[in-house]
Amino acid sequence: MPELVVNGQRHETSAPVGATLLEVLRGELGLTGTKIACGEGHCGACTVMLDGAPTLSCITLVHTVGAREVTTIEGLRDHPLVHSFVRADALQCGFCTPGQIVSAAALVQAIPEPTSEDIRHHMAGNICRCGAYPRIEEAVLTWRD
Amino acid sequence: MARLIKTEKEVEGRYEETWVVVEEDVLAQWPAGPLEIVGHDAPKKDGLERARGLATYTADVRLNGMLHAAVLRSPYARARVKGLDLEPARSAPGVHAVVGPGDVHVLTDEPSYPGQPVAAVAADTSWQAREALKLIEVEWEELEPLLDPEEAVAREELVEEPRRYERGDLERGLAEADVVVEAEYRTATVLHNSMETHQSICRWLDDDKLEVWISTQYIWGVRDALARQLGLNPDDVRVVCEFMGGGFGSKNGPGDYTYIGAKLAKRSGRPVKCALTRREENTATGNRNATIQRLVAGAKADGTLTALGGEFVNAVGWAGFSPMTGGPMQYLYACDNVRIAEHGAKLNSPPNAAFRAPGFVEGTFGLECLLDELAAQLDVDPLELRRINHLDTDPESRAYSSKNLMECYRLAEPHWERRHEVRARSEGPWKRGVGLASQIWFGGGGPPSYAWVRISKDGRVTVITAMQDIGTGTRTAMAQIAAEELGVPLDRVEVTLGDSARGPYASISAGSSTTPSMGPAVRSAAGDAARQILELAAQRFDKEQRVLSLKGGNIVSQDGGSWPLGQICELLGDGQILGKGARGPNPTGMRVLTFGVQVAEVAVDVETGEVRVERVAAIHDVGRIINPLGARSQVEGGIVQAIGHTLCEERLIDPHTGKVLTPTLDSYRMPTIADVPEIVSEFVDLPDLHLTNLGSKGLGEPPIIPTAAAIANAIRDATGADVRSVPVTREEMLRALREAREREREGVVGAPAA
Repeated sequence: MPELVVNGQRHETSAPVGATLLEVLRGELGLTGTKIACGEGHCGACTVMLDGAPTLSCITLVHTVGAREVTTIEGLRDHPLVHSFVRADALQCGFCTPGQIVSAAALVQAIPEPTSEDIRHHMAGNICRCGAYPRIEEAVLTWRD
Repeated sequence: MARLIKTEKEVEGRYEETWVVVEEDVLAQWPAGPLEIVGHDAPKKDGLERARGLATYTADVRLNGMLHAAVLRSPYARARVKGLDLEPARSAPGVHAVVGPGDVHVLTDEPSYPGQPVAAVAADTSWQAREALKLIEVEWEELEPLLDPEEAVAREELVEEPRRYERGDLERGLAEADVVVEAEYRTATVLHNSMETHQSICRWLDDDKLEVWISTQYIWGVRDALARQLGLNPDDVRVVCEFMGGGFGSKNGPGDYTYIGAKLAKRSGRPVKCALTRREENTATGNRNATIQRLVAGAKADGTLTALGGEFVNAVGWAGFSPMTGGPMQYLYACDNVRIAEHGAKLNSPPNAAFRAPGFVEGTFGLECLLDELAAQLDVDPLELRRINHLDTDPESRAYSSKNLMECYRLAEPHWERRHEVRARSEGPWKRGVGLASQIWFGGGGPPSYAWVRISKDGRVTVITAMQDIGTGTRTAMAQIAAEELGVPLDRVEVTLGDSARGPYASISAGSSTTPSMGPAVRSAAGDAARQILELAAQRFDKEQRVLSLKGGNIVSQDGGSWPLGQICELLGDGQILGKGARGPNPTGMRVLTFGVQVAEVAVDVETGEVRVERVAAIHDVGRIINPLGARSQVEGGIVQAIGHTLCEERLIDPHTGKVLTPTLDSYRMPTIADVPEIVSEFVDLPDLHLTNLGSKGLGEPPIIPTAAAIANAIRDATGADVRSVPVTREEMLRALREAREREREGVVGAPAA
């Protein structure tokens, strides 16, 4: 059975070939912080990191993950971005928020002091229908405050 | 004391006069302006839970033995099911129950819009359910759909009787006018696209006892609708929604998926989740209907309006309602002669659903563009034109409970003044300009709504009410109100909500009614608890109760004494202080409305037709602001959605077959973080002295209303072109630019197009 490393923990998955990483995270592991909103890679709500790279888990087949380490929102529980999002009021309904924070975490890992332009470029794949974008930008700009 | 009174109730612009039981609203309003906690920025009480992915949405609820449903939907706009074989699905792997037409009232063998449900399956996994659906054999007879709203109106195919409104005499008003402008405006069908799709889980506890977890804006409405339809006692239907991922008006009722889920759950004896896919969501869960607006306005040379007329066609769809697209024309301006007719076309397209200020968003686009076209003809400043025609009393001679629109206009001045500097920044093909538009809407809420407050020996406060927080920050605002009334820090207050079996009745979270309906009930419950604390304190400290009050976590006496609240609470032991409160009545005979104005700055590339919104200043008058941080978020979110409606969002259907062509999020384009302009929000922030113990109105809807017209008017300011349909695609922008050039060649600057 293939192994999966999620937030530093090793799991064996019994998922059939063809199952997505998202299905395994939510269904098998009960990690429901990663959301499904479109299921076809258009909205970013399902974003996780694979070895630090933001990845859409709804269109990633679980058997292609291999040894790459999966980081979900549950693995970023105490990331400063979690607090900066709340402080800046960067969420309304909150359904897209885990995906936003995972994308932002990958961004600040690559660019520790992102400019507004960096944020607008790197985060454009994460749709927020409530339109919290101005505050998301602020939360990422001030993530280390 | 409870009283039986007749009061007006308004939801989404519709007034109903009903008997309601109300309780006296005994508390005097707080003074205007920021208090200790109310009026100050407060991050969301449940922010960490949501941000960490710990909040349990309906999508995250998993019950033991839960099955998953999939729904077979009509691929055709209009068809007849001539043959249907469900048997292969019944014997498919993992399937526990199958239902078809006749089994559930929402399943049909004569689908009348694409996506209408025909049959459904419940299986162990959603993959098995979807696979089983493919085995169902359907023989379809495709029928000719009716898709053209104008044709439907001509054939009198309407969802309801046309709404007509008239005051004065439109023809006389037009005859008196020095200038008349006439134009046709169009708005496209747009989709809610809440991030969490419509979904619910049904579990039967017995033949007549049902539990439902659902992503909804109104747990009590879902409860009552299910009870009515299924013949159950309302108290035997428990509805739960602790967290929900957006609704914007589309989640006010049970929806076909809940009726289907309830039946599948009954048949299978298992809990059933029916969760829609994004494609189903974008086909069959409602929309903001397209409109066609034929408008006319007449004015004297000094700008005084003499006539306003509108024929409105709402392309409603197969079912739904005909929104008040003429509402802004009816309510916004002083004009003696007004005539409005709204027609709700019944079509073979998916039914509409309320979407954040239905009707007023569309109608404000038409009216406020027309006003600017008039201003150009009259050579009157657009802001001045709106001041000239300001309405001091409601057209039906009802007093406003409060109205600070003139103050909004005053606050808009510095933003409006920027237009000279903005225009001067035009360079090359990029032309820049500034436009504004006014906003009017309801948002007063109403009774009944109730809350309880519980205080324990550790001095912590719990507000209990069976409302829902749809993402607008309700938990936080309610906690602020309770904390203010009880004089305790905000972190001592928690709010428990979202379960019809575990709290008193609470208002719908729609129609900008949550804060004005629930806030006063919470304050009243906190006030009841505060009174009980002071009763105990008076005995304990041997004071007269009237000299005592709660402040900063202390019991304070007028004669200088001060004791920590804990000194009373610790006396409680296992006892608790329980307060209860209710929403009082709305002011009799008064019109409770919200007002505002927005000023937009745009850049238009006149060679490619690209439009960029660079800045929006929003000034709104919604009474007292409870949480300025949350309020700014609401304004920004409304404006972002409005920019989507104005520049990129459009649900397209094939004009011949009626098939929805934009069911995915790459074909239906919504704004991203890269599309957002600078947004400045300001509030008048004066309590409505006639409205409840709080003086607060709702803010969910107002900010989305004027944006489209403000952008279109800024485009005119930048380019001289009149855009008359949204979204302003490049085609529409280039058409408007061409028309403006032709007009200039003919030397009739500012003349209306034929």
